Amino acid sequence: MEDTAIQDIISSIDAKFPNCSITTDIYGMTNIICERESIIDLVGHLKNDFGFGFLTDLCGAHYPLIENQEFQVVYHLHNLYKNIRLRLKVNLATTDLAIPTMVNLFPAANWMERETFDFYGIQFEGHPDLRRILNMDDMDYHPLRKEYALEDETRSDKKDSFFGR
Amino acid sequence: MSELKINQNGQLTSLDTVDGEIATLNLGPTHPATHGIFQNILKVDGERIISAEPTVGYIHRAFEKLAERRPYQQVTPITDRLNYCSSPINNMGWHLTVEKLIGAEIPKRVDYMRVIVMELARIADHLVCNSVIGVDTGALTGFTYVFQEREKIYDLFEEICGARLTTNVGRIGGFDRDFSPVFFQKLDKFLKEFHIIFDDFTNLLERNRIFMDRVIGAGPITGERALSYGFTGPNLRAAGVDYDVRVMNPYCSYQDFDFDVPIGKDGDTYDRFLVRQEEIRQSLRIIHQAKDNLPSGNYHGDVPSFFLPPKEEVYRSMEALIYHFKITMGETPIPAGEVYHSVEGANGELGYYLVSDAGRTPYRLHFRRPCFIYYQAYPEMIKGSVLSDAILTLSSLNVIAGELDA
Repeated sequence: MEDTAIQDIISSIDAKFPNCSITTDIYGMTNIICERESIIDLVGHLKNDFGFGFLTDLCGAHYPLIENQEFQVVYHLHNLYKNIRLRLKVNLATTDLAIPTMVNLFPAANWMERETFDFYGIQFEGHPDLRRILNMDDMDYHPLRKEYALEDETRSDKKDSFFGR
Repeated sequence: MSELKINQNGQLTSLDTVDGEIATLNLGPTHPATHGIFQNILKVDGERIISAEPTVGYIHRAFEKLAERRPYQQVTPITDRLNYCSSPINNMGWHLTVEKLIGAEIPKRVDYMRVIVMELARIADHLVCNSVIGVDTGALTGFTYVFQEREKIYDLFEEICGARLTTNVGRIGGFDRDFSPVFFQKLDKFLKEFHIIFDDFTNLLERNRIFMDRVIGAGPITGERALSYGFTGPNLRAAGVDYDVRVMNPYCSYQDFDFDVPIGKDGDTYDRFLVRQEEIRQSLRIIHQAKDNLPSGNYHGDVPSFFLPPKEEVYRSMEALIYHFKITMGETPIPAGEVYHSVEGANGELGYYLVSDAGRTPYRLHFRRPCFIYYQAYPEMIKGSVLSDAILTLSSLNVIAGELDA
């Protein structure tokens, strides 16, 4: 039953949002990569028509090596009636880190977006109160970006090669 | 003259008119009644709260950044310090996430052992929360009573892994050692004695008229609002939504156990208290079932690339030495991919979003901390109520600073 439900969702998204790419990973999670212009419409569609009424998680990620898609905002949605989870991703370029806010659909997104802004500097347009939340207000950088090394960069025992990279 | 409308819960519904002077009150960051380090700047009119502005981050320790430079097994001690009232659940959640990533098969015995440890942790956590609700209403006796029992749970943890509060219990793939006979003796003794003390505690508070008058109607939230604010766990169930990760997405063989998911109706402090009380009883039921049906078998799965071989074998066998070297030097092959795994923490859905780039450490690890997400509803929940109810609401939400700030 769950499979057909997911197929329905996928075909509906395919029809309405042709620019989304939809894949299912080996862990059974459906990943949808979409453009930021359509993210609000897509989530609204999922929430209103398919019962994805629960925003489980919202976070950012930084992939500095992927050109023009250095940043990613990751949403986890949950349909509590049919127990289906979806992962939505929006790729952003370093030069233009703006994305519309989700607060109007899910009040829970408020602090999660503040956290993402705090750590990655992603600008959520229309957010009612986009301030830092965990770090101090006068910090002038966004610490989870990969360019900020955790350790002293002169240490030779903490090079990336020792961590398999 | 003020025209404040008061609903049946004794709370203001209209805040257009304010009688008297508005005062600003700093609740926290280090106030004994907040049970943790977080600040609330309250605007109060007399004793009524007009608005609240929470500030969090006082014990932010950059766990997500730290985890990006730690091999998988070294992330476990970080998770201890999220919800430090129930560290084992956090540890197990992390192990399960990594096991999902690497596709490890875990023996049934490990599942049952994990269930015992996690449910003990849930009892310890709920005991703290519920007894502290008592303390905040002025009933210190129950608190001193059940904290003795909490000590005994910590003794049990000590018997399993040597640590009490920040347990770092278990390994990726199972446990570092089997449960000892002493552990089972202590567990039997605990199960025999705990329910007597717990019944006393229940009798002290659950139908206590003074306590009920204080907590009924304090800090209510509807199920709909709770869901939209991302509530999970006992706080969501108290609002009448029966979402429990253990039932909806069973992990660790939770589908083998027979237990009920209690739900409340009004989502107020009393409902949250009652839901936690009942969850303690259900956890005891689960522990009984897990202990009685504990399957025989190995106490860890067959994941030699992650689970350190016994030290004696490292000295004797070539294979064990190779694996020991591979694990400690970080030569273990790890698949690239991303997983989200969640467990039912004591406060709700504790999720781990892990991105692996086949490196030795997580490329990105995000903790979905239930406290952090539902604490943002706090200003709305206390708006219009009196100050003493705000304290009760805070303690009944069980906001743990470690989990809030990661």
